[in-house]
Amino acid sequence: MPSLRPLLATLALASVALAAQAEDVEALLVIKNHRFEPAELKVPAGQRVKLTVHNQDTTPEEFESKSLKREKVVPAGAKITVFIGPLKPGRYDVFGEYHEDTAKGSVVAE
Amino acid sequence: MFATALIVFRESLEAALFVGIIAAATQHLAGRIRWLSGGVAAGALGAVLLALAARTLSEALDGIGQDLVNIGVLTLALLMLLWHCIWVSNHTREMVAEAKFLGHEVQSGQRRPWALMVAVALAVLREGAETVLFVSGSLSGSEAPVAQVVLSGALGLGLGVAAGAVIYAGLARVPTRHIFSVTNTLIALLAASLASQLVRALVQAGLLNLGTETLWDSSWLLTQESALGTLLHALVGYDAQPMAVQGLAYVATLAAIYLGSRALRRGHPAPAPVAVAAPR
Repeated sequence: MPSLRPLLATLALASVALAAQAEDVEALLVIKNHRFEPAELKVPAGQRVKLTVHNQDTTPEEFESKSLKREKVVPAGAKITVFIGPLKPGRYDVFGEYHEDTAKGSVVAE
Repeated sequence: MFATALIVFRESLEAALFVGIIAAATQHLAGRIRWLSGGVAAGALGAVLLALAARTLSEALDGIGQDLVNIGVLTLALLMLLWHCIWVSNHTREMVAEAKFLGHEVQSGQRRPWALMVAVALAVLREGAETVLFVSGSLSGSEAPVAQVVLSGALGLGLGVAAGAVIYAGLARVPTRHIFSVTNTLIALLAASLASQLVRALVQAGLLNLGTETLWDSSWLLTQESALGTLLHALVGYDAQPMAVQGLAYVATLAAIYLGSRALRRGHPAPAPVAVAAPR
């Protein structure tokens, strides 16, 4: 893919440079007993957020959100990072794919 | 019970369809079963190792270690498919045409399709690691009896493999003169889909920060979790809410394959029409 690779590399470098400048807002979401805590996480709109997901259960979970376009496995006991946003104000549903009946939550950007 | 089967099915579907398409694309090659099985086995072994290292990997590099592995795997798989689509398939087309022209067995002149084998291994690795992690988690958790987890996991995997067999059987009925065009188109779409997933992984890891606005939202029409949505996601990379940069990567990949193949063919005029006419 001769045309896209240099472009992607440039984009990646540029965004790393940008990321280093801008201070990301940090937020924490805990998974416990196959539920999200808090069930409703408030984050600022219009800013990129560094979201830490901490799985305190003894089984893995997959943190997933269609509207945030994120999908990531969180092994038992692990803490992972997912970058989200900048978001428009609104409610974004998140769920745990491995325990979909209980692990439901939302990220509210305001 | 069915939740486990459904999750394992979803994870295995993509890899199974991929293997089915590659098996159809290489049906003219002698010994392809051995190569394909080797790719699948290597991928499965890698998946187990990756799942064992999941905890360490997840927390590595400030929580994005897993994304970086994913990015590496997607990049390599994408390069393999591009190499196949642009170079190997055009080369094979010529060789098949020449073989027909000379009355040789097509198999005799073929090289090993290593690029596709690596791509198969990587597809199994990527989808397999999550499956292994999920199933082993269900086994260690006290939520359901072991036999039930194993049974429903096997059911999900069986359904995934069956879907791969169905697409293979469908493609096997395509007439020989069209099979290259059909499988090449499918592989090109898989490559575009990989590029889209790669870009998404870069954004998720915070390494790419441009073009993240939603391009469209077709979830009112077809959600990605629906049966058709899942199938289209696995086959052509359907995304109900893609980011602009994903769309760009998708289109750029198809364009690169199209332009690359055209440039190669212009360099070596295809002998195909001559070969088809010659035996008469």
